[in-house]
Amino acid sequence: MTLTIDQVSAGQSLPSLAHDVSATTVVLGALASRDWRPMHHDFKFATERNGTQDIFLNTPNLAAWFERYITDWTGPRGRIGRMTFRMRDSVFPDDRMEFAGTVTATSTDDQGCAWADLDITVSVGERLCCTCTARVAIPTDESDNPWARKGQNWTP
Amino acid sequence: MSDLPPAIAELIDTPQYPVTANFPVELGYSYNTLSATENGNPLYWDPQVAQELTGGPTMPPTTLSLWMRPHRWEPGAEEELVALKVHFDLKEMLDLPEAIMSDNSLILHEPVRPGDTISHHQVLRSVSDVKTTKLGTGRFWSIDIVYTNQDDVLVGIESYTGFGYRRPEEDPS
Repeated sequence: MTLTIDQVSAGQSLPSLAHDVSATTVVLGALASRDWRPMHHDFKFATERNGTQDIFLNTPNLAAWFERYITDWTGPRGRIGRMTFRMRDSVFPDDRMEFAGTVTATSTDDQGCAWADLDITVSVGERLCCTCTARVAIPTDESDNPWARKGQNWTP
Repeated sequence: MSDLPPAIAELIDTPQYPVTANFPVELGYSYNTLSATENGNPLYWDPQVAQELTGGPTMPPTTLSLWMRPHRWEPGAEEELVALKVHFDLKEMLDLPEAIMSDNSLILHEPVRPGDTISHHQVLRSVSDVKTTKLGTGRFWSIDIVYTNQDDVLVGIESYTGFGYRRPEEDPS
């Protein structure tokens, strides 16, 4: 089933997502993003040099987790245009990270592309680790495909 | 009035380090990221869906930064190769031994496809006055990375905000 913009409204919650993070999650994500910095795979470096409690998820991998969270909701026709996120605290092995999201607005631009603006958080228990705002294009109807937009017809 | 050293102020808004990746975009990188995040989006796993929606395989948009990250080592390299060189330049120029990234933004344009060759350059956008946080004393800075494909078509712009700092016990002041 394709999520279309008529099924989306401001205030709507996205389905939650929880994931138990392990050291493997952190290392796999760092290497998948070609991030070789030691605080994402070397416990001794992370704790003794960076002063953190453990290795922690790297920024590009968190972006990939946000992408997964958003497109789990939209389905494959959803096309992310813009994403901004702020790291407030780190996500460590043995944390259970929980994603929550809300639609803050919907709109249609001058090119006829429909958009949903989202606020998303990643928390571990009571600890807010990351906040994100995202703008995702959503089909206007079952025949619309945001991925077909190019050049001036794509204004993220 | 800013207390920023002139040599750093001169770098603001100046494109630096234009680089063309020395390896092509490969589908394997897509699977690494999808696996690491347990992302089952059929756009990246089902060739029929990819053909229908994007005319063939594309990379997950948030893999954009992959294409500015060098191999950690390659023949002829005399030192560790690092991504986001402007970030490391600032650490050295400002004598701030530690750094973290606090904010990241992505603006996504033309999809990246397997076989593409991606070029990028870095632009220092801002450097703050000296600030003290729970990590230590240092400065925030913002760096844009602009990515284009082999046809010089914009594929995305990534912005990082970093905080370079000296831990309290290391601060000579």
